Amino acid sequence: MNNYLSADIVIIGGGPAGLAAAVAAKKNGIDKILILERDRELGGILNQCIHNGFGLHTFKEELTGPEYAARFIEQVLDLDIEYKLNTMVMDISRDKVVTAMNREEGMFEVCAGAVILAMGCRERPRGALNIPGFRPAGIFSAGTAQRLVNMEGYLPGREVVILGSGDIGLIMARRMTLEGAKVKVVAELMPYSGGLKRNIVQCLDDYGIPLKLSHTVVDIKGKERLEGITLAEVDCKGKPIPGTEEFYSCDTLLLSVGLIPENELSAGMGVELNPVTSGPRVNESLETNIEGVFACGNVLHVHDLVDFVSEEAAAAGKNAAAYVRSEKETATTPFVRLTVGTGVRYTVPETICAERMGEHLTVRFRVGGVYKNCYVSVYFDGEMISRRKKAVVAPGEMEEIMLTKKQLMEYPDLREINVRIEEA
Amino acid sequence: MEEKNLICINCPLGCMLTVAMDGKKIVSVAGNTCRRGDTYARKELTNPTRIVTSTVRVLGGSESMVSVKTKEDIPKGKVLECVRALKDVVLPAPVKIGDVILEDAAGTGVSIVATKNVQ
Repeated sequence: MNNYLSADIVIIGGGPAGLAAAVAAKKNGIDKILILERDRELGGILNQCIHNGFGLHTFKEELTGPEYAARFIEQVLDLDIEYKLNTMVMDISRDKVVTAMNREEGMFEVCAGAVILAMGCRERPRGALNIPGFRPAGIFSAGTAQRLVNMEGYLPGREVVILGSGDIGLIMARRMTLEGAKVKVVAELMPYSGGLKRNIVQCLDDYGIPLKLSHTVVDIKGKERLEGITLAEVDCKGKPIPGTEEFYSCDTLLLSVGLIPENELSAGMGVELNPVTSGPRVNESLETNIEGVFACGNVLHVHDLVDFVSEEAAAAGKNAAAYVRSEKETATTPFVRLTVGTGVRYTVPETICAERMGEHLTVRFRVGGVYKNCYVSVYFDGEMISRRKKAVVAPGEMEEIMLTKKQLMEYPDLREINVRIEEA
Repeated sequence: MEEKNLICINCPLGCMLTVAMDGKKIVSVAGNTCRRGDTYARKELTNPTRIVTSTVRVLGGSESMVSVKTKEDIPKGKVLECVRALKDVVLPAPVKIGDVILEDAAGTGVSIVATKNVQ
């Protein structure tokens, strides 16, 4: 290891978050930026998301995943931002030395002025579900099947059952149908779907694919190749109800049962993680507990819309640029803590330094259940500051509130901002 | 008079819409909590359309598949026919975003274009 490189900002991951962060950092005056990407091309998961519906917020038009990625890749190329493909980051030290390797250069180290974590997330695997039965071939995560069909050109099976009604599962129900497979049923453990309404209608209803809520897989049959699965209805605690079992013959089971931010590198360098999001705890600058280490996109918390990933990543890029230029003053006032009240599972960020925030700060959060006709309320040290009426909030759709610097400056002794859902 | 049920897709509320129809004419829309529900039901029951996305094979490129889409939305009833028309299409590399892959897909008058660059 005689290779010592250096960069002002090293970005881990060349997906939507990494690309938007790089573009923003460059536009904010940072010259030496290096993106490290483990895949053979930039764009990340967008490359296999060939369906449309991306970019309505960012570009005011509906793009497919590869088209959305291309818009950012073009900017990265135009701005001459350096990147390395087929490169796996092995380790990041607390003093921001990034160890990576690829086939051409072997193992090398990069000393970074700042690091932006943009590794994205991965799918929850079968092992996380405790489904009894055999372990035959034919069980895939929905995203793996998506890559096989859309990028490699293989159809993973002919008769399909999908467990979990996350958006990738719904999208794959339609995709497999269009490619000639028979999707027999989509089963969801919860009494509501985890996916967008639009996907339920356009991916399932359009093709007559039944969605069974409060159902799960209780048995897997087949030794070499999957032969079938047994579905059962579950009670309100998620326990299968005896007597409701129903057998479906199939050669393929797709799992769309949630995404987990990929934070092995973050944890390894000592970044503090939030157990609810499985992502780093960050302040108003999207900076982690380690100075100069920022996080954005799905590695921070799982998003529904790529538009919000790009927006968040651009903020991280801008803040990292300010850090490298040593513009961000050290906080003199104590941090304000964001806490969650009834109905709210988490907020990003978790702490705010009013001096350092911009004029506006978007706080994103998710709720723990479906609430109809409710208020999203914000309390400053117990005093209600704002509340917004919502017809409905659901766990599948990320919510946000906007805080202004002016608001926070009016409360110099503020210690806690609480976000909660209240009945109207 | 015939009644049809559908779910509004405009927001997470997902209103259950009940539409009363007299033959092909919409008499009333009920169950919606805002105006968008009414508009959606009328379009969905008289002229439902979809953008179709799929992939086709590429020869001699850096990748074996390229993603494609219908340039505009096409009638919902034509979706499967449109995908079938793409089944045997093979393209030589390189392919650029926006390249026309197939004109007048399934007689809809809409062309199919590439959505990815393949070298």
